[in-house]
Amino acid sequence: MSDLDIQIPGAFDPFAEANAEDSGAGSKDYVHVRVQQRNGRKSLTTVQGLKKEFNYNKILKDFKKEFCCNGTVVQDPELGQVIQLQGDQRKNVSQFLVQAGVVKKDLIKIHGF
Amino acid sequence: MAEEEHPEVLPEVKEEAAPGEIHPFDPTKKKKKKKVRVAEEEDLEAVDKVTEKVDSLALTSTAGDGIDSSFAGMKKKKKKKPVEGEFEEENGETIAEVNGGEAAEDEDEEEEAEGIVLEARFPWEGTDRDYKYEELLGRVFNILRENNPELAGEKRRTIMRPPQVLREGTKKTVFVNFMDLCKTMHRQPEHVMAFLLAELGTSGSLDGQQRLVVKGRFAPKNFEGILRRYVNEYVMCNGCKSPDTILSKENRLFFLRCEQCGCSRSVAQIKAGFVARVGRRKTTT
Ligand SMILES: [Zn+2]
Repeated sequence: MSDLDIQIPGAFDPFAEANAEDSGAGSKDYVHVRVQQRNGRKSLTTVQGLKKEFNYNKILKDFKKEFCCNGTVVQDPELGQVIQLQGDQRKNVSQFLVQAGVVKKDLIKIHGF
Repeated sequence: MAEEEHPEVLPEVKEEAAPGEIHPFDPTKKKKKKKVRVAEEEDLEAVDKVTEKVDSLALTSTAGDGIDSSFAGMKKKKKKKPVEGEFEEENGETIAEVNGGEAAEDEDEEEEAEGIVLEARFPWEGTDRDYKYEELLGRVFNILRENNPELAGEKRRTIMRPPQVLREGTKKTVFVNFMDLCKTMHRQPEHVMAFLLAELGTSGSLDGQQRLVVKGRFAPKNFEGILRRYVNEYVMCNGCKSPDTILSKENRLFFLRCEQCGCSRSVAQIKAGFVARVGRRKTTT
């Protein structure tokens, strides 16, 4: 919020969008767990926003073993590393992350239908 | 939706009817019922509306979050008793009609029962049992509705119709009453659409008839769940739960201001976040 007070209203601020994301509601370091439909009944789960300190490949390995699904770590130009899993693993993922103490429960945001 | 509601209600009706004196009330003939009815009529009229609305209220029907608690929380409790009444009358009617022959037999019982029935404004009357919390709550709301309707939370309610969904081909879904719902929520279709598409993790657009066409197969309840979240996040006031709010953009931030209590909060931006490449392999990132 304080960032915004300094802004001159109306003046174009190239960083406003970025600042806004930091100060806006719900911009805590959420871990976003999403689901996407693929063809047919298939779907895909993505886990975005895990702390950078974590070894994504290790987490992925555990995911894969635990949920019996395949997956991969994708490098996104803006969002950094994102874990992709086959199937709708949203519940599994959030359960796992909480139990393993990787993320607090209220910092996991599950999206989708 | 209505189907989902009924099983909820029915067991309650049975439960409550059994211990009370209302049960003998079932087989009564129409004439006798009329008397009782007149007494309850006023209650029922108001209540009928409420229950009607409840059935059409998509967003409150399934178990869930905020809007449930705000919109239906009170309603459900209020609803119980009145609906009971309705059910009994319906039962009474059908039974009386169907069992025309048995009516004579029943008459003996009726006369015994009648004395109690006519007085039984409350289910506990004529017994020594303790009042149940729900019953007392219902009583309070009845009184409140008679005297100060506005305190019973009976204000204008925002009723959301259930999402109507069609399949277009095998891979696309058409959200038919999308515009209607945007209007009910008083939100820009673009904003609602952005949220829906981000949550569904898909793409879509409005067609010529202002329907929302999205890629992928989705059931009405998928939309419902997301709309429910949308209402919680971008429509309902956190303080007073009123949906009478204005969403405005100030300094590139979205703020939600309540028209009822005047409180204001900032809301999260809609971000699609990471969208995985689905489909052709050639175009990988
Ligand atoms: Zn308010």
